Amino acid sequence: MRLSCSVNGTPREVDDVWEGESLLYVLRERMGLPGSKNACEQGECGSCTVYLDDVPVCACLVAAGQAQGREVGTVEGLAPAGELHPVQEAFLEAGAVQCGFCTPGLLVATDDLVARTRAEGRKPADAEIREALAGNLCRCTGYEKILDAVRLAADRMAGDAR
Amino acid sequence: MSTPTRAPSGAPAHLTGAGGGIGADAQRPDGVLKVRGEFAYGSDLWMDDMLWGVTLRSPHPYARIRSIDVGPALAVPGVHAVLTSDDVPGEKVYGLELADQPVLALDVVRYQGEPVALVAADHPDTARRAAARVVVDYEVWEPVTDARTALGHPTWNQVHETPAEVTELSRESAHLHPQGNLVRHLKIRRGDPEPTADVVVIGEYEVGMQDQAFLGPESGLAVPAEDGGVDLYVATQWLHVDQRQICAALGMPEDKVRLTLAGVGGAFGGREDLSMHVHACLLALHTGRPVKMSYNREESFFGHVHRHPATMRYEHGATRDGDLVYVRATIYLDGGAYASSTPAVVGNAGTMGLGPYVVPNVHVDCYGAYTNNPPCGAMRGFGSVQTAFAYESQMDALAAELGMDPVELRCRNAMEEGSVTPNGQVVDSAAPVVELLRRLEAMPMPPAPATGADVDLRDMPGGVSNTTHGEGVRRGVGYAVAYKNVAFSEGFDDHSTARVRLEVVGGEAVATVHTAAAEVGQGLVTVEQQIARTELGVERVVVAPKDTAVGSAGSTSASRQTYVTGGAVKAACEAVRERVLSRARDLVGRAVPDLRLDGGKVVSDGEGVALTLAEVLADDVVEETLEWRHRRTEPIDPETGQGFAHVQYAFSAHRAVVDVDTELGLVKVVEMACTQDVGKAINPQAVIGQIQGGTAQGLGLAVMEEILVRDGRVQNPSFTDYLIPTVLDMPPMRIEVLEYADPHAPYGLRGVGEAPNISSGPAVLAAIRQATGLPLTRVPVRPEHLTGT
Repeated sequence: MRLSCSVNGTPREVDDVWEGESLLYVLRERMGLPGSKNACEQGECGSCTVYLDDVPVCACLVAAGQAQGREVGTVEGLAPAGELHPVQEAFLEAGAVQCGFCTPGLLVATDDLVARTRAEGRKPADAEIREALAGNLCRCTGYEKILDAVRLAADRMAGDAR
Repeated sequence: MSTPTRAPSGAPAHLTGAGGGIGADAQRPDGVLKVRGEFAYGSDLWMDDMLWGVTLRSPHPYARIRSIDVGPALAVPGVHAVLTSDDVPGEKVYGLELADQPVLALDVVRYQGEPVALVAADHPDTARRAAARVVVDYEVWEPVTDARTALGHPTWNQVHETPAEVTELSRESAHLHPQGNLVRHLKIRRGDPEPTADVVVIGEYEVGMQDQAFLGPESGLAVPAEDGGVDLYVATQWLHVDQRQICAALGMPEDKVRLTLAGVGGAFGGREDLSMHVHACLLALHTGRPVKMSYNREESFFGHVHRHPATMRYEHGATRDGDLVYVRATIYLDGGAYASSTPAVVGNAGTMGLGPYVVPNVHVDCYGAYTNNPPCGAMRGFGSVQTAFAYESQMDALAAELGMDPVELRCRNAMEEGSVTPNGQVVDSAAPVVELLRRLEAMPMPPAPATGADVDLRDMPGGVSNTTHGEGVRRGVGYAVAYKNVAFSEGFDDHSTARVRLEVVGGEAVATVHTAAAEVGQGLVTVEQQIARTELGVERVVVAPKDTAVGSAGSTSASRQTYVTGGAVKAACEAVRERVLSRARDLVGRAVPDLRLDGGKVVSDGEGVALTLAEVLADDVVEETLEWRHRRTEPIDPETGQGFAHVQYAFSAHRAVVDVDTELGLVKVVEMACTQDVGKAINPQAVIGQIQGGTAQGLGLAVMEEILVRDGRVQNPSFTDYLIPTVLDMPPMRIEVLEYADPHAPYGLRGVGEAPNISSGPAVLAAIRQATGLPLTRVPVRPEHLTGT
């Protein structure tokens, strides 16, 4: 089948998609966007988290055909080429990246959390951060530096000097 | 040679974040690529004309293969090759220490998931469907699924019954391998063989099978080369030991099999053995096409070794005052179907199996056995994790028996510098066991659990499942301390190789560091840059892609790379620096004693000589390649277990605070505190990251992580059923890092990665025990262990 959708703001069209393929497979293997990761492919680890029409989803659980005509946002689209999003900068500075396999999914989930709370004119509390990231497994960090990174990003985006 | 469109990129200097030499929180050079989603992991590699390889695995833990018919699979459109053991041109068995594991099943399969056949096709699902059409006729045999049964040893029925002395292996249990089911028996005999003591505590303990559960699946891309050889891009832990085994299986010389490290999504020991390496090469050489293999999560559970499950019986004797008199320990490690690194795991479990305590009289028997369970081998902590649960539980039991505080008992018997280990080795650098414990005690405790209207469900055991508002919840606090060897032991020629180049590019001094040391997430690439900056006084340091074009760096395991490859990089930098300074002296024309490299210049504090490196080097390149070794160790005596076996010890301690819902058996870890001596923190931020991550894996084993194996079959090969800690399970941590330099090590550093993985779990177990008053002799602790239901 043919799949047409927008990915990171750019219209994309791919042919010969087999109906059984996931959105994750199409992004990684047919669109040249391997940033979204394939750690469990059953919706448990969150490393394939992408935006589907502004809602974070596990791309491994979305059949490719479900993305027809919709907006997909991946880690590759968080910042313009050559730049870093404040969430990406915060993950680097806080030491929240070790092997990095969970990082793309966590960045999308964090971006969503910080954007939501920012729209409400506040920063996320720790318990709220933990709930928001509970679907993203990380095996390297023990999550402490990921929490640091989210707090740092939220501060930065709220304009607090840090 | 053709290079993949998406290929490992090394760490270009222009993408490097905040720099700095040793002791700085330098940012990792691959970090920018990783946060952009541009870092090429093994599963991301891609070439235009590549095929996908998949593995057909045995559904039976023990069976004879009567026949294999690949015809129906070959007939599937899109399939390019179906291979079996007949297609392995070289050695048909491989292994890290003993070559006993078939590349593809020969006549007998010995574990569920053993690779039987390979398929290459133009789509991964085509390959999977074709693999399902391979017809394998099995004669199913009864599996041997218990280590003691495999060895013909009696099982322990009652805690206070001393097991019969075991001298002869039973001839009744099936021999899974021609040499029998014993992989290694380590004996330690030290001091009085028949000691007596005022107070004796005996305990039996069990540790379940833990999985490394790295997130990046086993994956790689094999590319057939014009010279008849193959280039393999693969996520692994030790390129050269892979290369040796691949060459043997392919029947090719080393110059025909070239490896480059692909991006690695975590390892923790699970990539020390081969997985898809030879398989992808076989398919690529057979089809003449690049072949990518990438396991899914379920296959990953069958595609790598796990942590050995352990059954342990300990007897501690002490004086009424609390001085340890003796320890007798019998330890069984279930190695599963193939040897992997079981001999070395037995070595660690045995020699360090009593913990960081002074024990005058020691009697240890540690066995590694073959069974038909999944093969077990390296995982972070490597034999020391299992025994720590036992010896720390014993110390708590002894303290209770003596009516002593558990920390006091530990401090009273703690190792210190100059102490002698059970293997008769003098601890010849800092061993601050007492200080680690005292510092933990001095840390503030977390606030008491909230009650009434102040309860936040998210802080309760069970969380937002709303299972308790505090009723039935009891708090407990537990302490544990552990130690572990750093680097390879028992006389292993453990070395690394570094090539360091210094040149001037566009007017700026640039150093390039080339090693084969696998970066698996821990941050060795950062450390390599930091060392080069410190030793060569330059800011720009390029880390070349990791490959076999340079000599072996040894394994990324045993907490050894910062020590050993760091030592090699330091030595190579020193050799480069000496040549540069020598040229500078020639240019100056006289002896200047305090000449050094700093800020891209050659300077002397005394005389203020300042030549730029451009002036000294012009267009020349100064390059040195060095092999570096730590001090030699020796094999231990086979009868007494005595010998200088270990290069260095790392010490860490944990305090755990838990809340337990005693009615439902749910555990909430409230806080973890850790103290660790790291000798010298080369990158303090990365050191803390290792402590936090190691703590999480120890916590996971204590309360949730276990591969359930029933009759040799894995029951839970998925992240739905094999649980690892989430951000909701991991509490805030307090960490204090001590830096007592080890005079034998580069910069005085100590390996960091494993120790915190060892002391974490036993502290959690002790805290749950204190909260519940239950003996709890098995990990992971399950709800039914706490409720008795």
